Amino acid sequence: MNIQEYFSLVFNDYTLRTITLGTAVLGAICGMLGSFAVLRKQSLLGDAISHAALPGIAIAFLITGAKNSNTLLIGALVSGLIGAYWIRGITKNTHLKSDTALGLILSLFFGFGMLLLTFIQKMPNSNQAGLDKYLFGQAATLIESDVWLMCIVTAISLVVVLLFWKEFKLLLFDADYTKSLGYNTQFLDLLITALIVLAIVIGLQTVGVILMSAMLLAPAAAARQWTNSLGVMIFLAAIFGALSGVLGTAVSASSNNLSTGPVIVLIAAVFVVFSFIFSPGRGLLFKEIRYWKNRNDLQLHKTLAFMHNIAKTHENISHPHSIKILNNFQGYTKKSLKKLEGKMYITVNGSMWAMTQEGYDAAANLYNQHNNND
Amino acid sequence: MKQNIAITVDDLTVAYNYKPVLWDIDLAIPEGVLMAIVGPNGAGKSTLIKSILDIIKPIAGSVKIFDKSYKEQHKLVAYVPQKGSVDWDFPTTALDVVMMGTYGSLGWIKRPGQKQKKEALEALEKVGMLEFKSRQISQLSGGQQQRIFLARALVQKASIYLMDEPFQGVDATTEKAIINILKELRKAGKTVIVVHHDLQTVPEYFDWVTFLNVKKIATGPVKDIFNDDNLTKTYGINYKVSVQQ
Ligand SMILES: Nc1ncnc2c1ncn2[C@@H]1O[C@H](COP(=O)(O)OP(=O)(O)O)[C@@H](O)[C@H]1O
Ligand SMILES: [Mg+2]
Repeated sequence: MNIQEYFSLVFNDYTLRTITLGTAVLGAICGMLGSFAVLRKQSLLGDAISHAALPGIAIAFLITGAKNSNTLLIGALVSGLIGAYWIRGITKNTHLKSDTALGLILSLFFGFGMLLLTFIQKMPNSNQAGLDKYLFGQAATLIESDVWLMCIVTAISLVVVLLFWKEFKLLLFDADYTKSLGYNTQFLDLLITALIVLAIVIGLQTVGVILMSAMLLAPAAAARQWTNSLGVMIFLAAIFGALSGVLGTAVSASSNNLSTGPVIVLIAAVFVVFSFIFSPGRGLLFKEIRYWKNRNDLQLHKTLAFMHNIAKTHENISHPHSIKILNNFQGYTKKSLKKLEGKMYITVNGSMWAMTQEGYDAAANLYNQHNNND
Repeated sequence: MKQNIAITVDDLTVAYNYKPVLWDIDLAIPEGVLMAIVGPNGAGKSTLIKSILDIIKPIAGSVKIFDKSYKEQHKLVAYVPQKGSVDWDFPTTALDVVMMGTYGSLGWIKRPGQKQKKEALEALEKVGMLEFKSRQISQLSGGQQQRIFLARALVQKASIYLMDEPFQGVDATTEKAIINILKELRKAGKTVIVVHHDLQTVPEYFDWVTFLNVKKIATGPVKDIFNDDNLTKTYGINYKVSVQQ
């Protein structure tokens, strides 16, 4: 199947449609909530929580023997929440910095989870519990009820975010000030963390514990490049996330052996790279262009100022001067003369140049501007 | 006339990780003063302000705002945090930040409307930043960011203003503009408390002063206690400032 076939099939083929919808919704909710993590500079939190979910999956399987994804996800939810709770506890009650606490919980829980997985695989009648799909995800196993769950969680998150929009914005920008206004920041913090944990848990089956945090961070980091408004950023992040989901599913469905989770994350990464280079305000490319433009403008201004100084000494400002006079001046190039002529600031006649009234005024203005800025 | 006490601090001790940074502080700040808090870096000035604002929980002691707990009185108190305490690259505009000053009186969930926007615009005008209202906050200079924070506090229409180094990184013109606003607030009967670094300007700007270095060294009217003795006790070196009175 190639990409074209995929897109013609996606509307008819039930399985394909389910998977595509699932990854799109997942991408959207991850982008939305990931924006909070990025702006709070809590990028590692998602990573720690998703890794912390692994032992919960294994334990849920050991207790119930269920392969049913919802049962296992409840296990993931519980151990993810315990991980998040412990991280808070450690940072609050010890001297350890938060990244230390995050790293500690991440490796501890993940190591324990791996241990349990190995144990389960060695059990006599484990008949491939298929738990390793939670490491890198397996979108192909998504069924309609999974997608419904994703939609419900997304709807709940959306309602909560809209309801507490003002409070979340305040907390993200200035937590101390939020407290001083009498808001219960602990509650808000818990709410955000709980939503992030939920998003992670519903993504585990598709993307897996290892790449889950990339799914949270990448769309948000990309979106940040394009806008200076929080609302637009979150909206864009959701769009980027959903697009990553759809395109990732399309690519992996059209090349049989690629597993969906990593491809989705790779596409999200492409969004990030593209945004960091090409976005207008903050992108590297435009920064470079602006830099060169400023340099050129400066050169032009310098030349104009020099000419202005010469013209000033004559009663008739449009008195022609030899271009040679400009030779001992470095900012002058044939190109900048052409440009000045193009702007009608000077006229060039053979080896002579003369300033126009327009150029004279522009140069005088330049001076004023510089003085005002000082 | 007996003056009301705006802020009462009783036996306040605060520690980070068991290391005390404020030790047994007692303060009674009268209503209507314009007070400077001075002390060297790390003296606990920001910590004192945050404790008054109930941002940091003390290990001992209490703070009262007009004889009641902060929780009950938070609408009477406005806060200007240290400029460096937030990420100015946050995706928002100057007007939006100033609007945040109205969130305290709005309360949970309610959205700001036209009334709040009007108040925010007035505050922006007052600090001379109206023309920058739509500017992304990272595109503002340090002094302009400081003015935005001041405007946000003004919008709170409080009785007590707590400001952490509002003059940090501002030029002389902005400093004059800010101090004029503070003096106006005092004239209107507000209590204004400012963490201040420039000792030279204390007598000119303030009428009340608190010397702080982990412990409270002294507190009272500038004309009575702003002297070399207290400065030396606070800063630990032999201090000589020319105090013009
Ligand atoms: N969050 C914190 N965790 C640990 N120590 C802190 C924290 N904030 C401040 N401190 C320490 O407490 C002391 C007082 O800090 P602060 O109140 O910011 O002083 P000031 O504002 O007077 O410069 C300093 O030694 C500082 O290192
Ligand atoms: Mg400080």
